[in-house]
Amino acid sequence: MDDYASDTDSDYTSYWRDWFISSRGNEYFCEIDEDYLTDRFNLTGLNTEVHYYQYALDLVTDVFDMEVDDNMREQIENSARQLYGLVHARYIVTTRGLAKMMEKYKQGVFGKCPRVICESQHLLPMGQHDIAKSSNVKLYCARCEDIYNPKSSRHNTIDGAFFGTSFHNILFQVYPTLLPKKTQRRYEPRIYGFRVHASAALMRWQEERREEMKDRLRIQNMETGFEDEDEGDDDIESEEDEEDEGRDGIDDMFEGRMQPVQ
Amino acid sequence: MSSSSQAPESWISAFCSLVGHEYFAEVSEDFIEDDFNLTGLQSQVPMYKEALEMILDVEPEDATDEEEEEEEEEEEDEDEMHDGQDGVRTGYRRSAEAAAAAAERSHLRMASDLSMIESSAEMLYGLIHQRFITSRPGIQQMAEKYELGHFGHCPRVFCHGAKVLPVGCSDIPGTETVKLFCPSCLDVYSPPNSRFQTVDGAFFGTTFGCLFFMTFPELDVGGTKASPEPNLSATLPNNTKDPRSSLSSSLTSQQQNPPPVPSSSKTPIPPPPTPQPSSINGVAPKNLAPGLGLGNIYEPRIYGFRVAEVAKTGPRMKWLRQRPTDVNELDECTIFDETQALMRTTDAGEGAGFPDSEMIDENAEVQGNVGEDQDMDASEQQVDAATGETIAQMRDVARRKSNRRRPANGLVNGESHGGTAVRVGDGG
Repeated sequence: MDDYASDTDSDYTSYWRDWFISSRGNEYFCEIDEDYLTDRFNLTGLNTEVHYYQYALDLVTDVFDMEVDDNMREQIENSARQLYGLVHARYIVTTRGLAKMMEKYKQGVFGKCPRVICESQHLLPMGQHDIAKSSNVKLYCARCEDIYNPKSSRHNTIDGAFFGTSFHNILFQVYPTLLPKKTQRRYEPRIYGFRVHASAALMRWQEERREEMKDRLRIQNMETGFEDEDEGDDDIESEEDEEDEGRDGIDDMFEGRMQPVQ
Repeated sequence: MSSSSQAPESWISAFCSLVGHEYFAEVSEDFIEDDFNLTGLQSQVPMYKEALEMILDVEPEDATDEEEEEEEEEEEDEDEMHDGQDGVRTGYRRSAEAAAAAAERSHLRMASDLSMIESSAEMLYGLIHQRFITSRPGIQQMAEKYELGHFGHCPRVFCHGAKVLPVGCSDIPGTETVKLFCPSCLDVYSPPNSRFQTVDGAFFGTTFGCLFFMTFPELDVGGTKASPEPNLSATLPNNTKDPRSSLSSSLTSQQQNPPPVPSSSKTPIPPPPTPQPSSINGVAPKNLAPGLGLGNIYEPRIYGFRVAEVAKTGPRMKWLRQRPTDVNELDECTIFDETQALMRTTDAGEGAGFPDSEMIDENAEVQGNVGEDQDMDASEQQVDAATGETIAQMRDVARRKSNRRRPANGLVNGESHGGTAVRVGDGG
């Protein structure tokens, strides 16, 4: 964030976007096409949300060449980032934006799921709000369908609205093959190898909910999307398999590796 | 290398202050010196004796002059202890002691030995540590570290920064690195910093995580502070948390969403129909996975519309984060008793009201329920029962089951709360 001063002082009018996406902490952003930025339709409504809208837009599109004092420049600089972020949220749900973000997703630019059972599933950035300055960016794991805080503090200052609430869901709508198989394995708290009643009861209750959901899906002839589960006609048989394997998976974490208690 | 006379810091505290060893508690020497606590470790750790001595700082590594006296004393002990099996090593020390000329030579051998002993000592310390932190003084020490937040916070957004504990997923060293257990969502996470990826999970063990929270049942495990959201959150009015009180703790308005959407999650959760017990399955309800349940489940939306469950990309993992609004649903014993009573009074199929079973056939159900592990039996039976069944029958079961349940069964799209659910994509 700070190093823009040195960069921009000399050379700020060229390649603002290049500089922006390559600066530290902005790894989550992809580059917005020039065409997209210059199409006014795509910017509808943003002029009310961003101060110095016109200057900021000029800066982002590298045509800003006014001489202003440092204070002013900083404000415009901030507005430019804000504007870029808000356009970014719109851009990444377009075909080209999705393709760019998918590449980044595949490379794991957005990090990996911290949940152990998700086995380093790649994450996607998302916001909990579409309104700017409501909450910071979160990371969505498609495997456990939960959201996590970025582990690096430099990402914790990014506004979630720069990615939006819809992007990550749309990505999987457009690229359904990227959708990871869900897993039914899970962590089971144990004490000396024995499951703990309170959490085990809750987990049984949850697993019941899961089976209900699977029943609902089967009625609709939908795949359940869980790993170890075949689709189609052999539904019931596969349920048996998956039931077994699910259990094995759980036990894998502990049983057979338990240290014998002396 | 450390030696008792020169280093002011003991091996243990040096070890615990190494980068990446922040999770470790300092095992007290009393604990290590009690042989009972070390039972069985001898066979697990190579060069056990030397490693143990290193941990306790009883063996001076450098045979310098001022240490000679000390060493001689120890030598006697060692002779007894080693009793021939380590004669070679004792020999080294002797020669180092006796001849200054031989000191260099032995020094070289000592150095190669030393790294082995060092790694053995780390392993031994870890295994002792695993036992120590389940002992009273150890768990107390870990509690202090927990209170200070030494272990970090849950990365999950809806856990609101609940404090985590280091645990292992295996008790055998060398299988898994250390993980972090979050009591708020009952899940395990990888430590955020890669320096912990060299720490063995067995040094904390599988037992510690749960035992800790059973030892300190009064600890408020739910995160109260907003997850680290600098600046941005300060301006957010609806980011303020409800004070977490019993069941309403799961009501946080944090979740989503753009204002134009009528949000079901923002409507206050109706109070549970039945009075809540002060303790469910041995845990206070407010400490039973407070990060889960209604309002704490992420709900995927596209332009404000929920993604339907029946969509191919629809949500499938909500169960993992669900929690009954009425915790009485988790009281399996009472439910079982009630079911039994019901079945004794009515002999018809109406008695098929046991939540854990999904069978039509009452006979099968009775057998299934008697088993101690109802869940497993039931699901096995379910498969048998389901094999011959038509979809219509299954639907019947599902309908009956859902009728029986209280309405607040989590947000199933379009089923409850009258929210707008849209079916997106190529579902069905």
